[in-house]
Amino acid sequence: MSAAEDVVTEGNEAVEAVPKRAMTLGLGTSLVVLLLLVAVPLFAKNFIIFQMTQLLYLGLAVLALNILTGGSGQFSLGQSAFYGIGAYVTAVMMEQFNIPYFLCLPVAGVLCFGVGFLFGQPALRLSGVYLALATFALATAMPQLLKLNFLEPWTGGVQGLVVTKPDAPFGLKMSQDMWLYYFTLVVVLAIYVFSVNLLRSRSGRAFMAIRDNEIAASAMGVNVALYKTLAFGVSAGITGVAGGLSAIAVQFVAPDSFTITLAIQLFLGMVVGGVGWLPGSIVGAAFIIFVPNIAEGVSKGLSGAVFGVILFIVIYLVPHGARQVAILGQQFAGRLRRN
Amino acid sequence: MPAVIGKLAAASLALALITASTSIASAQKKYDTGATDTEIKIGNIMPYSGPASAYGQIGRTEAAFFKMINDQGGINGRKINFISYDDGYSPPKTVEQARKLVESDEVLLIFNSLGTPPNSAIHKYMNSKKVPQLFVATGATKWNDPKDFPWTMGWQPNYQSETQIYAKYILKNMPNAKIAVLYQNDDYGKDYLKGLKDGLGAKASTMIVAEESYETTEPTVDNHIVKLKSTGADVFMNITTPKFAAQAIKKIAEIGWKPTHFLNNVSQSIGSVMKPAGFENGQDIISAAYLKDPSDPQWKDDPGMKTWREFMAKYFPEGDTLAGEPIVGYAVAQTLVQVLKQCGDNLTRENVMKEAANLKDFRTELLLPGIKINTSPTDFAPISSLQLERFKGEKWQLFGDVISADAGG
Repeated sequence: MSAAEDVVTEGNEAVEAVPKRAMTLGLGTSLVVLLLLVAVPLFAKNFIIFQMTQLLYLGLAVLALNILTGGSGQFSLGQSAFYGIGAYVTAVMMEQFNIPYFLCLPVAGVLCFGVGFLFGQPALRLSGVYLALATFALATAMPQLLKLNFLEPWTGGVQGLVVTKPDAPFGLKMSQDMWLYYFTLVVVLAIYVFSVNLLRSRSGRAFMAIRDNEIAASAMGVNVALYKTLAFGVSAGITGVAGGLSAIAVQFVAPDSFTITLAIQLFLGMVVGGVGWLPGSIVGAAFIIFVPNIAEGVSKGLSGAVFGVILFIVIYLVPHGARQVAILGQQFAGRLRRN
Repeated sequence: MPAVIGKLAAASLALALITASTSIASAQKKYDTGATDTEIKIGNIMPYSGPASAYGQIGRTEAAFFKMINDQGGINGRKINFISYDDGYSPPKTVEQARKLVESDEVLLIFNSLGTPPNSAIHKYMNSKKVPQLFVATGATKWNDPKDFPWTMGWQPNYQSETQIYAKYILKNMPNAKIAVLYQNDDYGKDYLKGLKDGLGAKASTMIVAEESYETTEPTVDNHIVKLKSTGADVFMNITTPKFAAQAIKKIAEIGWKPTHFLNNVSQSIGSVMKPAGFENGQDIISAAYLKDPSDPQWKDDPGMKTWREFMAKYFPEGDTLAGEPIVGYAVAQTLVQVLKQCGDNLTRENVMKEAANLKDFRTELLLPGIKINTSPTDFAPISSLQLERFKGEKWQLFGDVISADAGG
């Protein structure tokens, strides 16, 4: 609750200023994580691989939100809309125009960048909770827009659209799931590296300057309007790619897949992963995928309540999410080394 | 060397004998993943959370029903292990849960998964995996497509056949009717509308004078009703879900419009529609039914309903005995038990589909008198007949014969 109150009373200070070095993992840790991500599918069942693919693309969507909120200090509850656009663009191009899936993703990304950039324009006048509300409106409108009659020949209307899963190319002896996983992994890694570099670049510094103090940033010569919309565009673009990947992995898009619930889940993932800490996005994604399943295992009738309790405990014990856990772990390791 | 060869020959002979004897044994009992001598694993996906969570009661009823079956000794000596997951009515989650059931829990089949979008999401997957997607809980017409999707089967009468029945009635009794339609803007509403148009045939374009659609997010449909009245229509086709159906019935009475009112089966519950709308406003509304309504007093002493009430009291006491969901869950679970009984000891997925397509005049006592479940290798629509009914006093009165209409996907 305190986070929301902060937003109301003091603008954007709910987003803590994160130094840019602290936004990523160390080299050693990165390599270990990478090795795990590459190796585990070789020994796992297809279902596990599918779940890991889910983890990657949802992690990507959380990462996109993290750039927006953790980087430039703007809120969005409308990520599901961009995610949906990305998924639909990919699905429609693949199914109705027979364009290969790897070409659909960049198109989805660029298109969502455009939509996000344009949406960023009016959103500029709003900040904090008001911006969150405006994006909320976008998320609520999206499922209905996808049902529009004149789009039906392409989108399949309320019935949705079934997507064919691609086979592994070059005659590789690999299941569809495994191929898709590695494909997703490459895309996600590329975007992750891009995001890290973006936040370390001039534009990234501008984002963070705006986040920390808008007036000071503009006094330093940062074009606040441009960088705010740019952050929106980049975030939307990455979300679009994540949506596109989800469409291929799930093999189906329908308006009901992209409701406000998805936007809230992504927001939740970001908070649990640690606002502004990019590697936390994967942890956040794991939380939104696996914790509901655990909650359901505890009690079918009260799964929502159990989920709420788990969430409450997490937020209460580690308000800064996975980042806090990582820092604690690091300090602990450091102390061990000194002894 | 020869000695070695001799030993090898003896060993392979023994091996051959063993395989031969096991194959004889398996000729009597055949299993696919998910079935053994003692257990049959059945998967299910329901919206226990989210916007459609009211339907979750169907899944709970089924779980209770299978517990009762197990208490009675199971099916041909095998206990049912019913694994039901929550998808919150979100298609991507349905895919995840379906894959978990098939690939991780290794169920024999997925039974009665609920909702058109969630089932559409796993339609292709289930058929490419050749795992039965049996008796899906949705009335969309596309589930009856044995040629392209031989592993998927519906259960309830599909939406299109219901409006086709109304269309038949209108053509016969009111050939000059001017029809106004109110429908929900989604697959369910559009399916119903298509059935009506198909049923009216060439006359559809002249007979239907107005079509209005509403979104489930709208607070009320009052303005649509006023607009439809102004078209001068004398037949009102009410394709709405319970909350909106009650609003429509009330508003029509309020503004003094007196059309012949057809109400879709989805909203015929006395408890949640007719009573809140006011009995006096609902007189002479026509609808169609296939199951007995638990809130209808005429079934109070019906033996089928009595058995159901006893089941509810013993195995599902927290369930709502006035709602339709426990009736559906009970009846559809009975149908599955019948299929598994017919399978005997041959519990392969192929044989399950074969027996599901081999139901002949099967009846559960929760179906209206005269309605039977019939399937064949070319007919994957188990219930395809309904009976018209008219609201009189405080209950539905059945009239006319059981009418069947088969719409293919």
